[in-house]
Amino acid sequence: MRGEKNLQDITTAHPDGIGGSPLRPDGTLKVRGEFAYSSDLWHEDMLWGMALRSPHAHARILSIDTTEALTQPGVYAVMTHEDIPGSKYYGLEIQDQPALAFGKVRYHGEAVAIVAADHPETARRALAKIKVEYEVLPPITTEEHCQNPETYGYVHEPHEYKGHASGNVVHSQKVVSGLGVNDDVRAMADVVVVGEYEVGMQDQAFLGPESGLAVPAEDGGIDLYIATQWLHVDRQQVAPVLGLPENKVRLTLAGVGGAFGGREDLSMQIHACLLAQRTGKPVKIVYSREESFFGHVHRHPAKMRYEHGATRDGKLVYMEARIVLDGGAYASASPAVVGNASSLSVGPYEVPNVNVLAIAYYSNNPSCGAMRGFGAVQACFGYETQLDRLAAELGMDPVELRQLNAVSQGSHLPTGQVIDAPAPVAELLQKVKDLPLPPPLDTEHHLDIRELPGALSNTSHGEGIVRGVGYAVGLKNVGFSEGFDDYSTARVRLEVIGGEPVAMVHTAMAEVGQGGVTVHGQIARTELGVERVTIHPANTEVGSAGSTSASRQTYMTGGAVKLAAEAVRNELFNLGRSRYGWTYNDLSLVGGKVVSASAGVLIPIVDLLGDQAIDLTREHHHRPTVPFDKETGQGFGHVQYTFCAHRAVVDVDVELGLVKVVELAAAQDVGKALNPLSVIGQIQGGSTQGLGLAVMEEIITKDGKVRNPSFTDYLIPTILDTPPQPVEIMELADPNAPYGLRGVGEAPTLSSTPAIVSAIRAATGLALNRVPVRPEHITGT
Amino acid sequence: MRVTFNANGRPVEADDVWEGESLLFMLRERLGLPGSKNACEQGECGSCTVYLDGAPVCSCLVAAGQVQDREVRTVEGLADDENGLDPVQQAFIDAGAVQCGFCTPGLLVQTHDLLEREPQPSDNDIREALSGNLCRCTGYEKIMDAVRLASARKCSGNSSEVSR
Ligand code: FES
Ligand code: FES
Repeated sequence: MRGEKNLQDITTAHPDGIGGSPLRPDGTLKVRGEFAYSSDLWHEDMLWGMALRSPHAHARILSIDTTEALTQPGVYAVMTHEDIPGSKYYGLEIQDQPALAFGKVRYHGEAVAIVAADHPETARRALAKIKVEYEVLPPITTEEHCQNPETYGYVHEPHEYKGHASGNVVHSQKVVSGLGVNDDVRAMADVVVVGEYEVGMQDQAFLGPESGLAVPAEDGGIDLYIATQWLHVDRQQVAPVLGLPENKVRLTLAGVGGAFGGREDLSMQIHACLLAQRTGKPVKIVYSREESFFGHVHRHPAKMRYEHGATRDGKLVYMEARIVLDGGAYASASPAVVGNASSLSVGPYEVPNVNVLAIAYYSNNPSCGAMRGFGAVQACFGYETQLDRLAAELGMDPVELRQLNAVSQGSHLPTGQVIDAPAPVAELLQKVKDLPLPPPLDTEHHLDIRELPGALSNTSHGEGIVRGVGYAVGLKNVGFSEGFDDYSTARVRLEVIGGEPVAMVHTAMAEVGQGGVTVHGQIARTELGVERVTIHPANTEVGSAGSTSASRQTYMTGGAVKLAAEAVRNELFNLGRSRYGWTYNDLSLVGGKVVSASAGVLIPIVDLLGDQAIDLTREHHHRPTVPFDKETGQGFGHVQYTFCAHRAVVDVDVELGLVKVVELAAAQDVGKALNPLSVIGQIQGGSTQGLGLAVMEEIITKDGKVRNPSFTDYLIPTILDTPPQPVEIMELADPNAPYGLRGVGEAPTLSSTPAIVSAIRAATGLALNRVPVRPEHITGT
Repeated sequence: MRVTFNANGRPVEADDVWEGESLLFMLRERLGLPGSKNACEQGECGSCTVYLDGAPVCSCLVAAGQVQDREVRTVEGLADDENGLDPVQQAFIDAGAVQCGFCTPGLLVQTHDLLEREPQPSDNDIREALSGNLCRCTGYEKIMDAVRLASARKCSGNSSEVSR
């Protein structure tokens, strides 16, 4: 039959729909240098904004004198907290952070005053003329300090603590399951390992500096063009400080040069808007790299104590953990990070008896908040190191021990939540284990020093180099948890342009590089059977898309685009039904046509639609979660779980303490790879940030002062530090998720760090309980 | 001061340049060429890489006044009107080497230079040549793929064949 063949031809999935790897819609602009990042914005008459920052970690502000700065030619405004028209505080979860410091400064680099001037250098010189008198106070920086406010003082005065915070504690969460951990439970274990672990403070180090342009509008409002992770939550925090209703503050996403959690909090948003409001002129702020280190929150450094008990044959009996996170001066996302660290502290293992406490303190160290992996990274270094030690203690293969205890679908986590989707942890470990190993280092016949630890520094020609292999696997949640209704909105419009059906997708999703815009196009093509899709600039004219974090955007905003596209499709079918009296219930849209499975092609979309447009908006809510019980941590707290396993191969120069990661293999279950090319890119990028934490990245503080705020002193992996990264993908559908997909971005950042450190231990025999591992930890010098 | 030089084949001039300004600032803020990026302005990241008289340099480390009467070629000057994107640009898109893309302009110029000097670089050559260009998003694997792809296409004379 003629129609049949036709039908089959056109019902083949669209190659640029989901499951394909079409090219990024922003790719061409990006390679031409024409993509407008937030730091590239320019406006007629624009001024440059800049902030004066505290040189102290903790000090009382006695006075601020701006008179001299104001008289500088080219200076248009100098502002302090006294000039703020609205609320003086903002914050992501707890509004405890002053837009400009007053009373006290609580961390090194806190903004005290801002200026607007006609040239960045004029602004810089004006800042130097602002006189701030400080009374320096002893900084509260250690766990001991934080725990004893009566002796060492409060970071915020007791009456100032907001939310559930109190007495230097931002938030704490317990998780108790089974019998908990007591002497009787301990007695059931044949083998016990106890370890204390530390994770240093990591920086997101996105390459595009914090920046944006605030333009005063005629209606007295502000238009802000900004690089962020969540437009609507920015607006929620900015508007009250400006003393404006939210609808007078309109945000449009400018090009974002990476984020990784570091743009979840505000940086220069309020400052640029305040200066634009004050001067009536557009104001641009671009942080320098040094300022960027002060201008955003970091990954919480952690001190952890883990205790695991197991039977002689390797079954885990109990786990006790205490995870202490340094939250720094302001709350940021600390409460949610604590929620993750506690509820995910056990890792992807079945442990019948658990007792966990996670706690975040306020201190006068830099504020910490969201970074890729969000509380789960620190815990993973703890439990995976423990599993290695337990394997050694039991004389078992570390992968087999993990597989023996691995969760699978149906397992109970210590929060009482049952994993109700595939959880192929044992299989993922097997996949990385079965990959062929890289060839051994051949120093005799083929020596290329670029492959050795130390590389071009020419530190070794093969002497003293030992190879090691290590494994790790992690447990991460996807989406916002603990009862938060983390919805996303999408608008889809279908119309005929130039004789072709064109879909337009409009969301407020922050494209930060992850490729969400590519996926939105794929979803629209798949659901609407059209070729051409345009992506509307992301702004606050449409409802919130939630944050580009927690590996949630493809799930949440992708899900919203799917819903909106389905609604448009139904509307189109209804149009056909009412116009042509169709009674088919087997309709679909393929190749630009309305098709009935039984009757074949009915009509091209173009003819059905004519000059009408269908324009519909839908919200996507994930299934509800609940807060964890404060005392027991019980509750259906997470939307979805995700798993990634790594195998790391390293060469260590044991004499100099230098490490070369030779290969970093990953296996991850992604449910459904909507765009395989992007999925692999996310896994490799996430793994590399884990590599950085393993062997090089740490913000060093002394008495609360940051010692290395530059790319000269804070090192991130270069292409020479980063090895080949084979990736194995599994696609076991999650029945609760759109298309069965699983959030991808964060899981690889968890297990890469412990896998690499495990490999270094295998090479050196050292304990290595702290990351990043430094040369002196290896050489003992 | 006034600085006159050649940018991407065209004579340009910038007025009121302050002596402390970098070539990067002048390109971005005075000449409407923001393609070169400003990730560190300390010579550590390579995102500002441009050709200066045919050699790649970090434009954040070059004083604006130093380029008087010289030739600068930026990422905006890699594509040409007739042939469209340079094979290196096309390969970065095709291989998935662009995520946020902030590192991309610098990497493109550096890769362009590498392939001019060495059309068929080994993996170690690629890593060495690009070791001054930081990328925080990709983990570099797709960048390696892109350079290999650009090299293969340049050598076979086919600049658009897509292989994924
Ligand atoms: S901006 Fe020039 S090297 Fe980083
Ligand atoms: S793609 Fe974002 S820094 Fe390289």
